[in-house]
Amino acid sequence: MHSSGISIWFFNGILLTVYGVLVLAYGIFELATHQTANVVLANLHAPVWWGAILLVLGLFYSVRFRPSRTK
Amino acid sequence: MIAAAIGLPALSAPAALAMMDSPSLAHLGLLDIAVIAIYFVMVIWIGFYLKGQSNTSEEFFMAGREMTAWIAGLSFVSANLGSLELMGWAGSSYQYGILAAHWYWIGAIPAMLFLGMVMMPFYYVCKTHSVPGYLKLRYGQGSSFVAAVSFAFMTVLMSGVNMFAMAEVMKIVLGWDLNFSIIVSSLAVAAYVALGGLRSAIFNEVLQFVLIWGGAMLVPILGLVETGGWEGFKARLAHNIATGDVPVGDYTHMWRSMGHFADNPMGIHWTGILFGLGFAISFGYWTTDFLVVQRVLAANSLRSARLAPVIGSFFKMAVPFIVILPGLLGLVVLTNSNGSHMQLVGENVVKVCARSASGGPADSAACSAALATTSVLPATRAAVLAGTGDVQLHSYNEVLPLMMVRYLGPGLLGLGITALIAGFMSGMAGNVSAFTAIFTYDIYQPHIVKNARDDHYVLVGRIVTIVGVVISIGAAYLVMNAAGIMDYVQALFSFFISPLLGVVLLGMFWKRATKAGGFWGLLCGTLTSIALWAWVKADPTALRFVAISPDAKDMAENMYRALWSVITSVGVNVIVSLFTKPKPLSELASVVYGVTPLPTEEPVPFYKNEWTWTAIAVVLFAALNIYFW
Repeated sequence: MHSSGISIWFFNGILLTVYGVLVLAYGIFELATHQTANVVLANLHAPVWWGAILLVLGLFYSVRFRPSRTK
Repeated sequence: MIAAAIGLPALSAPAALAMMDSPSLAHLGLLDIAVIAIYFVMVIWIGFYLKGQSNTSEEFFMAGREMTAWIAGLSFVSANLGSLELMGWAGSSYQYGILAAHWYWIGAIPAMLFLGMVMMPFYYVCKTHSVPGYLKLRYGQGSSFVAAVSFAFMTVLMSGVNMFAMAEVMKIVLGWDLNFSIIVSSLAVAAYVALGGLRSAIFNEVLQFVLIWGGAMLVPILGLVETGGWEGFKARLAHNIATGDVPVGDYTHMWRSMGHFADNPMGIHWTGILFGLGFAISFGYWTTDFLVVQRVLAANSLRSARLAPVIGSFFKMAVPFIVILPGLLGLVVLTNSNGSHMQLVGENVVKVCARSASGGPADSAACSAALATTSVLPATRAAVLAGTGDVQLHSYNEVLPLMMVRYLGPGLLGLGITALIAGFMSGMAGNVSAFTAIFTYDIYQPHIVKNARDDHYVLVGRIVTIVGVVISIGAAYLVMNAAGIMDYVQALFSFFISPLLGVVLLGMFWKRATKAGGFWGLLCGTLTSIALWAWVKADPTALRFVAISPDAKDMAENMYRALWSVITSVGVNVIVSLFTKPKPLSELASVVYGVTPLPTEEPVPFYKNEWTWTAIAVVLFAALNIYFW
């Protein structure tokens, strides 16, 4: 949806990027301090890889659909 | 209480007691709160950003008809991905097994593909603003008005269902006050829909769709890791059934137990699934419910409008992964704080067994009697009655939040909760934006103020959005006293949606259908549905006639009731049409098959062709049903 200015995919990208940063940062904090949350399968460090996935997707959509490119 | 202020029943005493007494499942940290807050900031920002692009009625109500196939398709699915999808069906899959996936596959995919490939050209070419608008072009004002009023009534009730479900989730998971959740969510929805209209609703639905996957997909992934994959899950399920932790039943096959009503826990026969759900309910909802059709009508071309439901069908087929699978996994992985297997029960049992100040149930005798109707093991029953604290009763509908709390730590839990909030809000916003368009275009413009300026109708649309939210809040308090969310919504579907299907299908594909036939078909179909529902309510033994078996249960009743109402609607329409004068063919151009010249579309490579993707969707749909046969 480009004709309305900012694409919806850009909004999606920004939100996923912010969430990716927050979740990944917490995951790295867990790894560094060994203070894992009291959840099942905490040893898999889901915040690290899930946060990274969100961040990569978010950055892709933010850059690919940035306003200057879609106008 | 707002409920009391508008004359609706207040929250019942036992229910209120149960709600106030049960501790929350999780506590959010600062990170989780930040994740939720960022989401609310984003949706409001989108609303304000799009306000300047919603100045004409075409922009406000139809999003300027500028949506691409992907955006319209994701919005089409997301508008339906509300409370029922996320919590209700996860709970149903815990209770009934993979049978619940029928509502996603046979109960959606054929209808979505039919809408895109067969019906969409007529909706799109006639440039209608709504489904009642199509009825007006085809049959005239009478049937259009009946459809508009019934739809407006249904949407605000559905919006209330979403609102209540969200508030209950927040109460159960976080301990938030019901009123706080209802007010905050409704203010957010009212703000972004009133500001940006349908465009804002669609933008947020796409955003919410991404969030739902980003927040909820981790639960089944980690659940499958814990159980050792699908085969490991089935092995653990078989073990739990053998030990009595899970009631005996076939939880992993969809069609094998459909030979007789008594062979499956839903009490349904395959004819009910195929014709009731797969045709009457599903086609009624996905092809005539303006809530979803409105999203496709906003597409930027006929090809986009046809592709949108096809794209949506792929995502719809995948939704059971984040909804049905967590419910199934809950059967084997959920445990009480003492390590014993957790057994979920109906909401009525949770309420009856709500704890008193002393720790045990307020009414031990009633609780004991309620527990006796369940498959809860004796040890669990004794712990609940003793109020020892290490065994807490939870309802089926809590299975998804319970699974989230099990696997998701700080940040991820906030994301999961945001996914739930997003799902609920997209359901609410979808209903409110559809209500606004229907009221303005099909009730206000033709019957109240006919020839006003365009900006007058935009202003009315903004005001009606606010009014719709206020009525929804009232409906939310009404729903608190309903026996169960699912039954309530299923009943609404068959009241209004299924009869409409009969009228729209005949109108679209039979030139002979007349104005009187459409009106009386719609009215009689709706009355039939309401009458059958009332009959069974008044005399439960009537179920054997409505659902054609004494072994039928509620779900089957809904399906057959929908089927009878479609048959009535079509039958009355045909009979009345044969005795009344049809419209001349010249007046049916662009609304009826056979007299509507369809625009020729530019050729595209096969991988961009809608028929290619429809064929792939059909093959995938068949494969899923065969694999889980």
